[in-house]
Formats: sequence, structure tokens, C-alpha cells
Amino acid sequence: MAVKYTELAYTNVDEFVYGSAKKPVVCANGMVIGGGTVYPELNCTLPMMLITEETMPKVLAQYEEMLHGVCSMGVELKVPGMLVEIELLPPCTFNPQWGIDVTKVVKGVMKEYEQKFGLKSLLRMTPVDVREGKTLKHMYKGAEWDQVIDTMKGCAANGADFLSIESIGGKHLHDESVMNIDLPKAVFSLGIVGCRDMKILWDEIVKIAADNNILPAGDTACGFANTSMVMGHKNFIPKVFAAIDRVMCAVRTMVAVESGAVGPDKDCGYEGVYLKAITGTPISMEGRVAACAHSSAVGNVSLALADCWSNESVENVRLLGNMAPTVSMEQLAYDCRQMNVATEKGFALQMRDILVESDNKYDPTAYIMTPAVVLKIAGEIVKGKTHFERTKIAAGATITELRAAAQAGLLELGPKEIKYLDIFEKQLKGIPDDEAKFTADMIKANPKHDLGMYDIS
Amino acid sequence: MFDFSGLSNAVIAGDEEVVLDLAQKALDAKVDPLSVINDGLIAGMNVVGARFKVNDMYVPEVLMSAAAMKAGVALVKPLLTSGETANKGTVIIGTVTGDLHDIGKSLVGMMLECSGYAVVDLGVDVSGDDFVAAVKANKAGIVALSCMLTTTMLQMKTTIETLVAQGVRNDVKVIIGGAPITQEFSDNIGSDGYATDAAGAVDLVTKLLN
Repeated sequence: MAVKYTELAYTNVDEFVYGSAKKPVVCANGMVIGGGTVYPELNCTLPMMLITEETMPKVLAQYEEMLHGVCSMGVELKVPGMLVEIELLPPCTFNPQWGIDVTKVVKGVMKEYEQKFGLKSLLRMTPVDVREGKTLKHMYKGAEWDQVIDTMKGCAANGADFLSIESIGGKHLHDESVMNIDLPKAVFSLGIVGCRDMKILWDEIVKIAADNNILPAGDTACGFANTSMVMGHKNFIPKVFAAIDRVMCAVRTMVAVESGAVGPDKDCGYEGVYLKAITGTPISMEGRVAACAHSSAVGNVSLALADCWSNESVENVRLLGNMAPTVSMEQLAYDCRQMNVATEKGFALQMRDILVESDNKYDPTAYIMTPAVVLKIAGEIVKGKTHFERTKIAAGATITELRAAAQAGLLELGPKEIKYLDIFEKQLKGIPDDEAKFTADMIKANPKHDLGMYDIS
Repeated sequence: MFDFSGLSNAVIAGDEEVVLDLAQKALDAKVDPLSVINDGLIAGMNVVGARFKVNDMYVPEVLMSAAAMKAGVALVKPLLTSGETANKGTVIIGTVTGDLHDIGKSLVGMMLECSGYAVVDLGVDVSGDDFVAAVKANKAGIVALSCMLTTTMLQMKTTIETLVAQGVRNDVKVIIGGAPITQEFSDNIGSDGYATDAAGAVDLVTKLLN
């Protein structure tokens, strides 16, 4: 499979900053993502309740209530524009019509606030990748594939401005690689199985978006590097594995852009900084305001290169201040105001570096999100001629950078973490250069995984 | 008395070869097979569990220890007399209907296995009927339910109701866990316990089965 993007979009680190992307996304309502302004991207989900045919009216009422709250806050704080992301819950992808109904309700409220108050907003719809579980027979045909594609089409035709997905091709292998810190298996799951899956899936999503005159936005390594990042954060696995995994994931996530996705890339894909460096695509990111959804070690550094600023997800529960989605919207809006004023006053680079340096010496994932480090490693990645080769290069270059940073005192890494850098380097050297041989070896070593589902044999 | 420290340390180090060698030496020295398991192999895993709890070992290191322990148990198990058992009880674990999250549940299952429990992992999106069938088929003492979504929490209640309706609720203890779960929720749906993490789940199972 041919790779694209053989050069970096950015060569000057001083141009590599939040709010501004080499390939901004110009939207019909006048919003320009990556055009100099950071926009809030609010994501919200349901409180404790079942989703069934009987409860669907209540489900829709919840979404309507949440959207009224966040849009009101957007108006009150005079945001220059905002994005709303709805990550559909599994029943709303298993039943595409329910996902379509959610899309209509959410977009209806957004339109109302645009008409009444002039609030500019854009809707990102993210169906669930339901291609897993006991009944799955094949990744590209059968009920699960049809449900994903039908939901995408329905969302696209009924109000979505952007399409995204947290795709999971190769995740079953990757889960095992994380539990066993098995770098070769991670390379296989991401650089071969995952990239091939992304190509097939994203070719289809790009076509759906084009058919409906909307935009294919991007994917994320949520099911992959976020799993290892959370595991590392809990000290279940070495944190350096999570950092290496993150950079390898950039190659997989970038396949969406190679297929025609234009951004903004998905918020939970922290590898988005590599995507921006290589392709110039604007990115949504999440950090400190996403603490409502999960803890992380990258709360500030993740904002340094963000073009949209997200809260990841928050359920509709009552807090003292307001309903939780409205509270999140307020936090995001104030962060974005601050970032945009810093830009207006000519302090964007200083703001970027304050955000970076407040995190990057404490955690390896935070370190490899440092803009200069991103450009250095990304420059190595694009030398690879295949996705497999790029994934291997990503791992090797990250190991080199982490070791150098620790030796130079730029990154705090304990002896145990350093020891694992050596172990991972050894594992990486054991991977053959021949992709076909590596694939055959991995298929033989993993007999319980049916890769025929991916048409890989 | 046989010195089990070498065997236990080999389990802690995850060194399967040394575990097999020392377990065989213990058997050759006519040590009671059950004592080899309890005082050598499981004693080593108890140290592993304690070190994992205080972040002194990573999950993959625990897995290596568990694999070494299992190899040792497999060697000794055929020599156990009738009625002696190599595990501390059986746990049925799964993610409830409508929820596809896997890894947190797998982690709990792994830690339970490492602590000497037999674990039957039913996977994700598991119906109440499937939990009932597994309880019956495996004579389980514990059913462990997992979920990650606010919209699947109530499936835990439905699952417990199914266990009641099909007459097996009194045969098992039900424990629950997952990101949105709280002790209050656990109490409200009639579960027997809730744990915040994998290590806590092991403690909870041990408490409930004793």
C-alpha cells in the first residue's frame, strides 16, 4: 500500500503552534479550523440510563437539554464559533436510525442558536466502530460493517458537518501487545493490520462525506495508544511503552488523511501532533478539561498545538455550577479565549512553550509531544517507504529521543523505565525488514486471531 | 523441612525453567504436592500480588510470574489426591450486554488467576442468560460484571435479576466494577460488592469466598 506525505508540512518549529495549521479547514458557515483561532469542541454523553426503543424519546430529550445548555453558554461567552461532537453510543450504531435521530435533534438545536443568536457551530458525528464481539464474521461485510456504514451515511445526510470514528482494526492484537509489552505485536497490529483496515474504512468514509457535501475529519488511536497511556499512567506498564506506542499510532491515524480526511483530527488522538507536523491537517486535542473523562499526564502540553480544544466527554449530570456539559463548555471557552488573546498579542509561541514546559519533563508521552521533538521524530517517520517501515522507524526514533532526553536531564525517567527502553530496542531489532515474512511470522505466532476477517492471509 | 524460598523467588522472577526444576526437586524429596503448590508456588504469587498493589511490578511482569506458577502447578497437579484442589474457587467474568469494553475486565481476570482463582472469561456484550449458563457449567462461586458506559450500568441490574429469575443467585456472589460504578450503585442494584481496581477485586473475591 503506497504511502503519501514524504516531507513534513512544517520545517520551522516557530510556525508550529496552536490555532494555526498549514492546511486549514474552511467551513461553509465561515469558521476556519486551523486559521488562527482555537475553537472549543464540546463532547457530551448520556447519564445512567438504558437506550432502548422505549427510552429513545428520553434519550433524545437528554441530548436536546445538553445542547441547549452548551449553546447557551457559547452565546453567553461570545465564542467565535464552536464544535459539538457526539460519539454515538453502541445502541445508536447497532440501530442506525437511532443515531440519525440523535443527529437531527442535536443539529436542530445548533441551528436554532445560529438563527436566534448568530452562534456559529459545527457538528462532528462519530459512530461507534462496532466491528467486534462474538458475532463478527468479517471486518468489511456483514451486519457490523453495514451498521457502521449505514450510521455514517445517515449522520452525513441529516446534519453532520464532520465524520469521525475511533476505528478498531487490529485492536484485539494490540490489546495483547499492551498487556505483554510486546513491541513486535504492536508494530504488526498498527503498521500492518491497522493501516490496511484504515485504508478500507476511510476510503468509504471519504466517499460518504463527498456524497453528502460534508467533511471527513479524522480518526484516533483511542483504542490503541490511549489504552497503553492509561495503563502507563496507572503504573501497570512502563510509561515509555505508551510513548513509543503513541508515535507508532501516528502512522496508522495518518492513513485517514492519506485517504482524504481533512481534519480536524479527533480530540483523543494525542498522536494528532504528528499528523499536523506531517500533513498540515488541523487537530482537535484534549487535556486538562478532559479530566472529567479520564486522568492524563499531558493536560497542558496537549493544548500547545491544538486547533480545537475538547473535553473528551462528559455525562449529563448536575454539578453545583450547572449541568456538567455546560460546565465543560464554560471551561473550554475560557481556555480558548486565553489562547486566542495570547495569539492576538503576539505571544503564541511563549504560550505554547509555557504549556509544553509545564508538562514535558514529567512523562515520556508529554515529552514526545514537545513541538521540536515532534518535528524531529516526524522527519524520520516520513523517510519510511511503507506503513510497516514507518511504524518501525517511529518506534526506533522515539526510543532514541527518550533515551537522549533522559541522559540530558530533560525528562525524568526512573531506572526501571530506562531498563525497558533497552528491552524495547532489543525487541525492535528482532523484527525483520521483510513485511511479508514478518506478517507470516505473526500469523503463525497468533493462531487464535482470525486475520482472514481482514482478508490478510 | 523443604526450603521453598528458591521456588517462590523463581515464581516472583517469572523464571519458568527454574520453577519447574525446583518443583521437581521438591517432589523428588517427597514433599507433599499440595504443600509445593501452597507454600512454594502460591506463596511466590502472593508476594507478586503485594508488589503489584504498591506499583512495584508491571502487569507483564505479573503475567510472567503467573505463567511460571501455572507451569509449576501443571507439573504438580496430577499428584494431588482426590478432593485436593489447585485453585481457590471459580470466577465467571464478563462485560455486560451492550458494552464492548474489554481490557479492564481482562485485567481483573488476570489478577484473579494470578491469585490462584480459576477464571472463566465470557468476553464482552454478555447476556444474563450466558452468565447463568456459565455459573451452572462451572460451579462458580463468583460472578464479576464489568461495564464502562453510563448507558450499560443498568444492564448489571438486569443481569442480577436474571440470576435471580433462573434460580442461581443464591449460589454465587456478584461483584461489579468499571469506570462509572460506585459503592452506592452497587448497593442499589443488590450486588455483593464493588472494587475500584484489579487489586481491590482480588481482595473482594477473597473476602467473599471466605
